[in-house]
Amino acid sequence: MKENHTFKMVLLGTTTIAMVVTMYLIFIWVPTEEEMGVVQRIFYLHVPLAWLAFLAFFVVFIGSIMYLWKRQEKWDVLAHSSAEVGVTFTTLFLITGIIWAKPVWGVWWTWDARLTAALVLWLMYLAYLIIRPYAADVQRGARFAAVIGIVGFIDVPIVALAISLWRTQHPSAVIFEGGLASTMLATLLVSLFAFTLLYWLLLMLRIAIRKDETELKRLKEQRD
Amino acid sequence: MNESIPLSSALEVWELTKTFGNNRALRGINLQVAYGDFLIIFGPNGAGKTTLLKILATIMKPSSGEVRIGGLDLKKDTEEIRQRIGVVSHQTFLYNNLTARENLEFYSRMYDVAEAGQRIHEVVNTVGMATRLNDRVGTLSRGMQQRFSIARALLHNPDIMFLDEPETGLDQEALPMLWQSLQNEGQGKRTIVMATHNLERGLELGNRLVILSGGKIVHEQTGADSDLSTLRKVYEETTKQ
Amino acid sequence: MRFWRKVLAITWKDVLSEFRTREIIFSVLVFTLLVIVIFNFAFGGGQDTIQMVAPGMLWITFTFAGVLSLNRSFIIEKEEGCLEGLLVCPVSREIIYLGKMLASLLFMLSVEVVALPIFAILFNLDISFQLVVITLLTTVGFVTVGVLFSALAVNTRAREMVLPLLFLPIVVPLIIAAVESSGLALSGESWGEIASWLQIIGAFDVIFLVVSFWVFNYTIEE
Repeated sequence: MKENHTFKMVLLGTTTIAMVVTMYLIFIWVPTEEEMGVVQRIFYLHVPLAWLAFLAFFVVFIGSIMYLWKRQEKWDVLAHSSAEVGVTFTTLFLITGIIWAKPVWGVWWTWDARLTAALVLWLMYLAYLIIRPYAADVQRGARFAAVIGIVGFIDVPIVALAISLWRTQHPSAVIFEGGLASTMLATLLVSLFAFTLLYWLLLMLRIAIRKDETELKRLKEQRD
Repeated sequence: MNESIPLSSALEVWELTKTFGNNRALRGINLQVAYGDFLIIFGPNGAGKTTLLKILATIMKPSSGEVRIGGLDLKKDTEEIRQRIGVVSHQTFLYNNLTARENLEFYSRMYDVAEAGQRIHEVVNTVGMATRLNDRVGTLSRGMQQRFSIARALLHNPDIMFLDEPETGLDQEALPMLWQSLQNEGQGKRTIVMATHNLERGLELGNRLVILSGGKIVHEQTGADSDLSTLRKVYEETTKQ
Repeated sequence: MRFWRKVLAITWKDVLSEFRTREIIFSVLVFTLLVIVIFNFAFGGGQDTIQMVAPGMLWITFTFAGVLSLNRSFIIEKEEGCLEGLLVCPVSREIIYLGKMLASLLFMLSVEVVALPIFAILFNLDISFQLVVITLLTTVGFVTVGVLFSALAVNTRAREMVLPLLFLPIVVPLIIAAVESSGLALSGESWGEIASWLQIIGAFDVIFLVVSFWVFNYTIEE
């Protein structure tokens, strides 16, 4: 346990440093983009958030498979915690998408491929999290959630494919053009790295809290 | 644990536990039932009777422990076990919109019953319901539905039967006749495990009794060992919460 | 083959039950007709508007009708503990899945067989062979995951709400593909572009048939 604690402190430290550096890079260091102005800086948050939304769901997927296979609670704890962190990131991604869209393109929402896919992903996260209290008991809730995690994750690429094909049929006026200068690329990569660490940290913390909750409940049961 | 056990046991349960989250429904059940026994499981509500029977009926998985039914392992040979057991519960397992005959035909196919028409005839006669075969189950009285449910459970001639409080809603006089015919219908004697909280009935029918309380077996005896009032006293004592 | 005999026995049982009550088909058909009529008033407008929104209308109708009918699939098993009765039988869970799936497929197709011509008549649309194929393939996709989630939902509280909550996000790609390709089919398009949409629908069908088949076990065990 001691070793675990040290590891967590190291992770906390590294993440803090990485995030501070990232914020500096995003808001101060990287030059302002020509076309969109200051608000474009959201891009450096927006993209890593998308990456994390997906990564977190992948972890949910793996955790769900392992849980159904091995029936060990630790896998469900992993999947559940990742889903909670993931849904938060997805929500932030959607919000930053809205914040970005309005000043730049004049609309609150664009049904572009990324945002739409993220919205569907968000709904799947929601289904994953909501099903638990609706089940007859905790174990069944966990099993149902695992089923949703697996089916949902496999669906994601199909959703993305369908949406991007749809988008080519109905292109909208708002398109984000590529072309990244080296400074922008560097900032983006650092941001990606920092956010991945943040995900990891939050995941560990959430799992630890969940373990404590379970322990507390168990002690209460014993006392009664 | 495996090879040295004589094959004469219909049911063997070792250290069976079942936990739902923080609720320990079964806390280490040990049981042995020989072929031909009629075991009665008494217990108040919440004692774990239904949980135990569901596990034995292969519907629910145990949290730990081992179960062998007819010599077969519950985990490994689940489908073979299902072919050999019959289950009757307070729910009929019958589709209300279909006729009794259609229900029985359906289950005959599920159990791969050979010569289904003839077999259906046999079991329906055993439970005394031949005249209502073509009626929709939903239109029958509760008692009649339950009789057809028993017919359903007998279709595939199981050696072992699990009954979970089956007498709810049945006409009381017909019951002993029913249980006896259940045990003796077809070739040989069936092994029956029945859960009930009716002490009088259980004492009448069973040759072995256990009392389940709080997820544990708190009392075991053979039927001959006591009369109703003694049993009632023992029951009250052992199931005090 | 014993496997298929048992599968078909389950399908037949569901069909027989439905014959007796006509619950699913009638209520879903009436619902479908009502929605069609409401759509007509909601979109007002002339033939042009109708042409534009027709594919969307069609698939919203079929999707919600599908949810209604899928919901019923396992509710009949909950009465009198019939689901337990099935679980006790020496029948693999996959057999139950396939049996139920085929039954739901039949029910949905029956509704669609009636609804499509009505759509065509009321809105002056041309039903092509392509549209029929699209409808068939998409419906298969609906029932593959629909039956899975129906089994799951029936074991929860608020089951009528749970099914659409799970089902709708998952079938988004089906709906997109169905709407787009139906639009093309209705405007007389031959296979060309429709093919790429059909590939998506087909891939969905195959993938989720396999996945649901494998995972179904976990939704109905106790």
